[in-house]
Amino acid sequence: MADTQLTKKDFASDAEVKWCPGCGDYAIMNAVREGMVAAGKPRDEVAIVSGIGCSSRFPYYMETYGLHTIHGRAAAIASGVKVANPKLDVWVISGDGDSTAIGGNHFMHAIRRNVNLKYVLINNKIYGLTKGQYSPTSEMGQRSKTSPYGVIDYPMTPLKVAMGLGATFIARGLDSIMKLSSEICIRGAKHHGLSMMEIFSNCVIYNDGAHKQLSSKEEGPNHRIILRHGEKMLFGTEDQFCLVQDGFGIKKANVADVSEADILVHDEKNAELGALLAGMRPDAGLPVALGIIYADESKKKTYDDMVYEQLAEVKAKRGRTMDQLLQEGHTWTV
Amino acid sequence: MAENAKLTKSEQIVVKFAGDSGDGMQLIGNQLTALAALDGNDVNSLPDYPSEIRAPAGTIAGVSGFQMALGDHKIYTAGDHPDILVAFNPAAVKHSSKFVKPGGMIITNSDSFTEKAWTKVGYESNPLEDGSLKGYDVKAIPMFTLVREALADMDMPTAAKDRCKNFFVMGVLCWLFNKEQQLVLDFIQEKFGPKAKKPLLQVAEANTRAFKAGLNYGETAILFQERYDLGAAQLEKGLYRNITGNDASALAIAAAGHKSGLQPFIGSYPITPATDLLHYASEFKDLGLVTMQMEDEIAGICCAVGAAYAGNLAFTTTSGPGLSLKTEAAGMALILELPLVIINVQRGGPSTGLPTKTEQSDLLQSMFGRNGDSYMPIIAANSPADCFDATYQGAKIALQYRTPVIVLTDGYIGQGSCPWKVPTMDELEDLTPYVNFWKPEDHPGETYQPYKRDPETLARDWAIPGTKGVQHRIGTLEKDALTGAVSHDPMNHQIMTETRTNKVNNLAAVLPQAEINGKDSGKVLVISWGGTYGAVKGAVDRLIEEGKSVSGVNLRWVWPFPPNLGDIISRFDKVLVPELNMGQLSLLLRAKFLVDVESLSKVQGDPFREFEVIDKVNEMLGE
Repeated sequence: MADTQLTKKDFASDAEVKWCPGCGDYAIMNAVREGMVAAGKPRDEVAIVSGIGCSSRFPYYMETYGLHTIHGRAAAIASGVKVANPKLDVWVISGDGDSTAIGGNHFMHAIRRNVNLKYVLINNKIYGLTKGQYSPTSEMGQRSKTSPYGVIDYPMTPLKVAMGLGATFIARGLDSIMKLSSEICIRGAKHHGLSMMEIFSNCVIYNDGAHKQLSSKEEGPNHRIILRHGEKMLFGTEDQFCLVQDGFGIKKANVADVSEADILVHDEKNAELGALLAGMRPDAGLPVALGIIYADESKKKTYDDMVYEQLAEVKAKRGRTMDQLLQEGHTWTV
Repeated sequence: MAENAKLTKSEQIVVKFAGDSGDGMQLIGNQLTALAALDGNDVNSLPDYPSEIRAPAGTIAGVSGFQMALGDHKIYTAGDHPDILVAFNPAAVKHSSKFVKPGGMIITNSDSFTEKAWTKVGYESNPLEDGSLKGYDVKAIPMFTLVREALADMDMPTAAKDRCKNFFVMGVLCWLFNKEQQLVLDFIQEKFGPKAKKPLLQVAEANTRAFKAGLNYGETAILFQERYDLGAAQLEKGLYRNITGNDASALAIAAAGHKSGLQPFIGSYPITPATDLLHYASEFKDLGLVTMQMEDEIAGICCAVGAAYAGNLAFTTTSGPGLSLKTEAAGMALILELPLVIINVQRGGPSTGLPTKTEQSDLLQSMFGRNGDSYMPIIAANSPADCFDATYQGAKIALQYRTPVIVLTDGYIGQGSCPWKVPTMDELEDLTPYVNFWKPEDHPGETYQPYKRDPETLARDWAIPGTKGVQHRIGTLEKDALTGAVSHDPMNHQIMTETRTNKVNNLAAVLPQAEINGKDSGKVLVISWGGTYGAVKGAVDRLIEEGKSVSGVNLRWVWPFPPNLGDIISRFDKVLVPELNMGQLSLLLRAKFLVDVESLSKVQGDPFREFEVIDKVNEMLGE
């Protein structure tokens, strides 16, 4: 069978999917499968590495190589897989607890190194598998089992962190906008470098409605902006809002109040713009950026490419044999 | 040559260098080690330095030491008490003179004995003049004066000239030990000459002159009454190089990669005293060794697990607290049943403990430091050179049994050095039979089952990602004993836990039998493991020479125990286990064999001396 003929169904394993009915992860898995189809790799050249959490059961449901590991470490483990065999397409599936709490360090350094990983960060702003504790992306005031009187930790914005680390691809999706998630996974799958794809997922049991402000039919469009490269940054139910420059920052404006030339145009290759867009939050009066926020593989080589370039370089330069290595330095014969 | 000193045949000389840390003690120590080794002596060395990079100069806390024994026979330790102490300043004299043999020699730099310097370390008057070093043969040499004289016409700062005192001392020692001066001259050229990595021609010239001044000083100063002539040791025939344990482990990693046909891979994080291993291994890029310096210890082992999963020959290297951090991921490798070698260069603990000092206190951590029933084979290197073989054997067993293996070395053997008989690649065991990846073409008509096992080794069938048509999922949840699918079935967990435990236990049957040094039965059996091997071997040899009823056994594999160990133990009245910990192996031996093992515990950041073992055995013998 030609690889290009694979369909989404071919990427489904025969394991029974055990997420709760209505969980946002189903939609995300669908998008990831579309990404894999688009990438065109045979299934036996794809490895999915996950950590611990609801989302980390993901590999079991995929007809590829899969490695379900330990909490927070998927990025480090996947980096080893990719470096060990760069011919593999290596995906990381992780959650907000896995990536931004216990695994924050590995999340950061995988991005910094630009290991060629496809990284899906499924963010439901809650610990689901341990039955409902707040996570580093939970909102202030959010009530959970460990914050019965409300969260008093400030939340983090993973994609803003990613930009600080020199990410080469960041995108954000929402489980309920399936087409957008698929677009993101398809682009992310083809990106040469670490593609950081944050997708908001609704936890129907422990944090139902966490993304309601963005997903609601009526109000959602007023609080989110779907970015498209080269297009004006318009949003709102009637595209009545836009983003304009505000000193070194960005502000929301009514389209009616500004001249057309002032409306910002999305440039996915602009890292400074990407950092600003990644950090936009409703509590600052700005829409949450969805879509491909930043994508530029031209400025940074991938870590795994450089590993092998360096091996080849040193081999050309020194090129010792193992016996020469063993016998180097001062030797003498008895 | 001046006839002012007679050449005396010697069997063994113990030398210790002591001076400010950062003043080149390790360098000069290694230099003399190499010189002696090249001249055919057997040598064993022990670096001993503080954890601060540049501890306050001239203080006791800042003293860096390097002890070595050189001899005309097999040398097992860096020696008990120095015959010769080279102490570069009052702090070093104060710190180290008490270890010197009665009547032993102390060579020191009299120019460094200013009132300020000796007051700083608590002397009330100049110890070179007030008789406080009575009982030692003190050679107070005005090193700065002599070196400055030799370099008088060179345009360099006085401080830089003074630094050449180390090569001046090398000159004195080269003369004193009747060694070939050309070897030192070559070394200076290699290190500083035109072909060096960073050529420093003036430094090369200055050190050459200082060295020659030292040689001449030895000959003409009428300071020394005798010189030492050490014959060549009767070592096994072959090509030798002097090597530290860490370097030997690094070489074994590359060699095991090549002999297994797998890409060697190290995932690591810098930590003392294991770092040198990573330094050296990082130079082997031309041999295809991948090293990933990760963001922390956890990531170090995690990327190694990932690499193992993808079919590389994976290693992670660390020291004590680093092993603590790797605990969870080591358990992951164990339940996934992937080959992984964890090299732990043990240091003083707990916690940050004594980072630069040696200890053997991670044995129980290696045995039990994971959640669940999670046994791993543990192999211990017993000398710097043996780190090569221990690492290589560790890799072999990891591959053959699809299991993580812990290789224990320690700060003493990791950083110490001794001559190593260099193997050729042809001589090393072929590891390809143990790789044995599962491929569909080798199993026509069969469905791949990730946890189907070899009936003998219990090693599971291992297919790596990229293998055509056998994509499958494995994970850290308990798995079905055949398919590897997640299983919460109670009896399946019983079976899997027993299987993982038995896999390691069964290894005992194929491990080499423990060999007895001495008679098969007797009054006292002394059991060594890892770094205690040398002191115990030396002590037992001497006790046997004295006609005592003592034998020794060394444990190469500390877990599982060699199959004949229980039998050996039962033939002795008493069992002694000297350990650089509070009795960790003793605890395991008592539990396993229900025998009243006596523990000789030492946790002073310093390896055992032979006499400490001898004294204890004599006490047990009632003598």
